[in-house]
Amino acid sequence: MKRRSFLELVGLGAAGVCAVPVARALGGASRTEPAPDALPGKRWAMVVDERKCLTRDGCKACTEACHRGHNVPAMKDPRHEVKWIWKEQLADVFPERVTPYTPAAVKALPTMVLCNHCDNPPCVRVCPTQATWKRADGIVMMDEHRCIGCRYCITACPYGARSFNFEDPRPSIPGELADYPTRTRGVVEKCTFCTERLAVGKRPLCVEACEGIGCGALVFGDASDPGSPVSALLRSTDVTRRKPELGTSPHVFYVLRG
Amino acid sequence: MHDAGKIFLGLGVFVGLVGAPVWYGLGRGPGAPPELEKAVEGPRCVEPTEVMRASHMQLLDQWRTAVVRRAEHVYVASDGRQHAMSLTGTCLRCHADPAKFCDRCHGYVGVEAFCWDCHQRKRRSGS
Repeated sequence: MKRRSFLELVGLGAAGVCAVPVARALGGASRTEPAPDALPGKRWAMVVDERKCLTRDGCKACTEACHRGHNVPAMKDPRHEVKWIWKEQLADVFPERVTPYTPAAVKALPTMVLCNHCDNPPCVRVCPTQATWKRADGIVMMDEHRCIGCRYCITACPYGARSFNFEDPRPSIPGELADYPTRTRGVVEKCTFCTERLAVGKRPLCVEACEGIGCGALVFGDASDPGSPVSALLRSTDVTRRKPELGTSPHVFYVLRG
Repeated sequence: MHDAGKIFLGLGVFVGLVGAPVWYGLGRGPGAPPELEKAVEGPRCVEPTEVMRASHMQLLDQWRTAVVRRAEHVYVASDGRQHAMSLTGTCLRCHADPAKFCDRCHGYVGVEAFCWDCHQRKRRSGS
């Protein structure tokens, strides 16, 4: 055999060996894709209409639906509380609105709070493992698999929207649902705008619960879509956001009582 | 070589102690491989059995990354069938009791799976 044909043969053989895995990968390869009924959204946002919310004294429909649906534990120790959506006093949610003359009744108005899904989320900047990150559709998401429990995000969040599992949450979950995972001791959790529901064409649990009782104080939708109800409200109403001076650009908006 | 006897005795004891797990294993023999419960539904897993046996962990990692980080919930298997990527919703539909499936192999080889620290071992209500 000539040197030249030998080299040609070796080259062909090597190319053949390389082609096997390529062919295997191309032919009959598996892939992943979004569910066909996933809700399309470029910038998810929520408006909390306190004009409506405040008409229902002591209502906890959204909190109950969310916490039940996401297996959020009801820890006995108040220092270990885990919360996704809940009520705080107006004076604590919007401290800049309080003057020395604000009546106590106004300061105490119960106001819904949850993760603000900021455009510029400080929690994401500090997370060392990218366990929390901002999705293309604006949702600040949690990957509990990656969370190492350092709690930098809790420190960074200016809204106190995040909770830490100081203890095993499972014994404290009233009526654990099989449809959603729990968390484990040592990870941070918060509202995710129900990404697991958006992915299969459903809106967040809190929004449906609020509508279910005929209130409709929580309006959710795509802020980038001018035709969405949330856009209509944002473009027609005097809305405000928490701590706008920080530049985080929250995408939970509030319509406060006039 | 005044203390040869003591040295060799010491070495013997040392090797015996350090190698204790090996001697114990050799003495017990290989042991019966774990018996796994047959799938409740369907004759086929999402991928062929050999692939699942060898690479289920890579598959589950792929599913986790797709669902959590890219919001992709549909797995199109190499044979074209579509599956919802869900440990509790899809895997447990056939392997209904992890104690009789996952745990048996994992216990046999001594590899701890921490999936169930958070994920539900109960089959999902609607699926």
